[in-house]
Amino acid sequence: MTTSLLEIRNLTVRAHGNPAAPLLVSDVSLRVERGTVLGLIGESGAGKSTIGLAALGYARAGTSITSGSVRFDGIDLFQESESYRRALRGQRIAYVAQSATASFNPAFRLLDQIIESSLRVNRLDRGAAQERALTLLDVMGLDARTIAMRFPHEVSGGQLQRAMTVMALCARPDLIIFDEPTTALDVTTQQDVLKAIQHAIELQSTAAIYISHDLALVSQVADRIHVLRHGCTVEEAPTIDLVTRPSTPYTRALLEAGVHETTVGHRDAHVALELQGITAGYQTGSAIVRDVSLAIGRGETLALVGESGSGKSTLGRVVNGLLRPRTGRILFDGRELAPSIHNRPLADRRAIQTVHQTPDTSLNPRHRIEEIVGRPLAIYENLGRQQRKDRVGALLEQVELSPSLARRFPAELSGGQKQRVAIARAIAARPQILICDEPTSALDTLVARDVLALLMRLQAENSIGCLFITHDLNIVRSIASRTAVLRHGQIVRAGYTSEVLAPPFDDYTGKLVAAVPTLPRVDPEPALTLKWNAG
Amino acid sequence: MTRMFKLPVSVMLSGVAIALFIAVTALAPVLAPYGVNEIVGISWDPPSLSSPLGTDMIGRDLLSRFIWGARVTILTAAAATLLACLLGASFGILAGLRRGWPDMVLSRFVDLVMAAPTLILAMVLLTILPRSLAFIVAIMALIEATRFYRLARLIAVDTAALDFVESAYLRGEKTLWIIFREILPNGIMPILAEFGLRFIFTVLFLSTLSFLGLGVQPPLTDWGSLIKENKDGLLFGITAALLPGVAIAVLAVAVTTMVDWITAGENGGQ
Repeated sequence: MTTSLLEIRNLTVRAHGNPAAPLLVSDVSLRVERGTVLGLIGESGAGKSTIGLAALGYARAGTSITSGSVRFDGIDLFQESESYRRALRGQRIAYVAQSATASFNPAFRLLDQIIESSLRVNRLDRGAAQERALTLLDVMGLDARTIAMRFPHEVSGGQLQRAMTVMALCARPDLIIFDEPTTALDVTTQQDVLKAIQHAIELQSTAAIYISHDLALVSQVADRIHVLRHGCTVEEAPTIDLVTRPSTPYTRALLEAGVHETTVGHRDAHVALELQGITAGYQTGSAIVRDVSLAIGRGETLALVGESGSGKSTLGRVVNGLLRPRTGRILFDGRELAPSIHNRPLADRRAIQTVHQTPDTSLNPRHRIEEIVGRPLAIYENLGRQQRKDRVGALLEQVELSPSLARRFPAELSGGQKQRVAIARAIAARPQILICDEPTSALDTLVARDVLALLMRLQAENSIGCLFITHDLNIVRSIASRTAVLRHGQIVRAGYTSEVLAPPFDDYTGKLVAAVPTLPRVDPEPALTLKWNAG
Repeated sequence: MTRMFKLPVSVMLSGVAIALFIAVTALAPVLAPYGVNEIVGISWDPPSLSSPLGTDMIGRDLLSRFIWGARVTILTAAAATLLACLLGASFGILAGLRRGWPDMVLSRFVDLVMAAPTLILAMVLLTILPRSLAFIVAIMALIEATRFYRLARLIAVDTAALDFVESAYLRGEKTLWIIFREILPNGIMPILAEFGLRFIFTVLFLSTLSFLGLGVQPPLTDWGSLIKENKDGLLFGITAALLPGVAIAVLAVAVTTMVDWITAGENGGQ
């Protein structure tokens, strides 16, 4: 009988301090065979990273492994000394973290950092190590000679993430733990990096654990998928079986959350907001948005899509008046708006509301929910204390929260609840235009789906025009009647969503569409194969 | 409430020490056996029942002078720190929010003040200005305000970049609301910590000035002047000159421990 490369048996991890707190990981068992990839899937707090670190023989400060064992190649890691485990890391087990920027020393060239472990661990001479690193950089699809000599700040996020994978691969480890290695990248880059990782681990026949919250993404690299929730195993199955015939309701829900129902409303003939030839940028440097014109009908959702850095958010800031455009006009209800927020009367401020990406920064941590939601009522409607209290309760109910949360502080709510509070605050002003800047991208899949549904319901009920900024084309398909694709600050394609996101594509839109990982529909027939392209 | 029971011993002792200092400051007229300049014995009288710390070179009761001196030292330092905090924090937050030229002018002025050695700056100013308590407070406040300014400006710049301040702007909130309701509640802890630290520095600063003869002037006395007057008494076995030093050390440890505990509890309290 051969032993598995990694075998975790009945692992339980607990946080110190509060004995009443739930276990971080509870009785999880899994194994990774040589040369295979295990996908670890779950929402935040599912214990994915804790398990990934345990596979390195490491427990984060403030946590401890209370029972279970981690066997790597037959060696029980937690029975060995810390110095033994440390020697194992980097040499036989490597770790690729989410943020490559934090893992590189900004003061050294990439090549020197990549080969460091090969020099130390494999006792290669410098020339041989460099040779190996350059080959691997090549495999990862990078221009090896130029990239290797650069400093970390001189390359892009995607390149750095690949360089980090090379750093992990360079010492030829038996096992690599990838902890959300592409989450911080945008869609198109994410796909390139994923393919490069896949190619490189196949080439060296390295085993890997691939941790992610994105099921569609993991299903492209993993041989088997292990689904976690609240620190417990939900199910584990070969990838193809799991995505086509999930055996638990939770996995089914995860799969379905990726496939949005289409609830696109139709456009009102009345134009609520119109941008004419907007060019904008910050004090110095070239314009970030160039000559953009678009219109949003009353009650209509216009999606603004593009890669990070394409100027989506900048355009949002022009609309709400935080950034004064260099040229161009903003028309609201046929009337020109003051370019800067300072010159807009209260009525105009009230009409255009914003929902930010992360409620953690958009809600003042020192204010109670009732103050956050009640403030627009005090400013725009001069309501008294009791009236405000009643309206806040009603608003919280509208966003499907219990009015009893009014006395809480934001830190006492979950991420989804906080975003609902931010929505309640926006709705409290009774706006006609809502700017949503990636309002669900910081949330877990299932929570995001519900928040999105809520947003769309409120929008339809109050016929609010919505400028929806996102990079997620799955969302765009399900909510936006029209879509504008932004690239380098210019609109490259615009029109009805069904037409914009259907072939024939221009190069850029084609790339965006192709980059979205999609899952096959959940189907009783097992014969389905995985598909990449939705178009 | 449960926090009360887990009170560390060091914090409890600090609390007791601070309470004692406050009591001495507030109740000096009741606690001091004699008036500050009352002559009760002969020169350098050793400790006795009537004057437990002995007398100074002209026969004044040292315990009484120590108590009266505590009052002057603590009140002057507290007033200077409070003034410095109000001045520095309001200008700092305003500069951090407004940016542009007001920030430029204020920040460069603060750089200028900070570049000069504080003690020498204060000495020069006090040689040309009247050495009244009001001027001493004003000069110390001005010098210490630069520290509060830097901190408050940084907090304002950091916080103003957050989405909730942006939201407040978009909503149409007034600047005062943004300062007092959005920014200050999120920056009060570092400012409070700085306040404790600065208060201690001000006590030391005032004592140094007085020791050099530029601080508190007779007929008033403070801890610095006491050290200066009684350092010769060490030769006669009158150790009173050491007492203000011990008092300053105890006050410093107590205040910093307390501030540490308050700010740590606030940060870890979520």
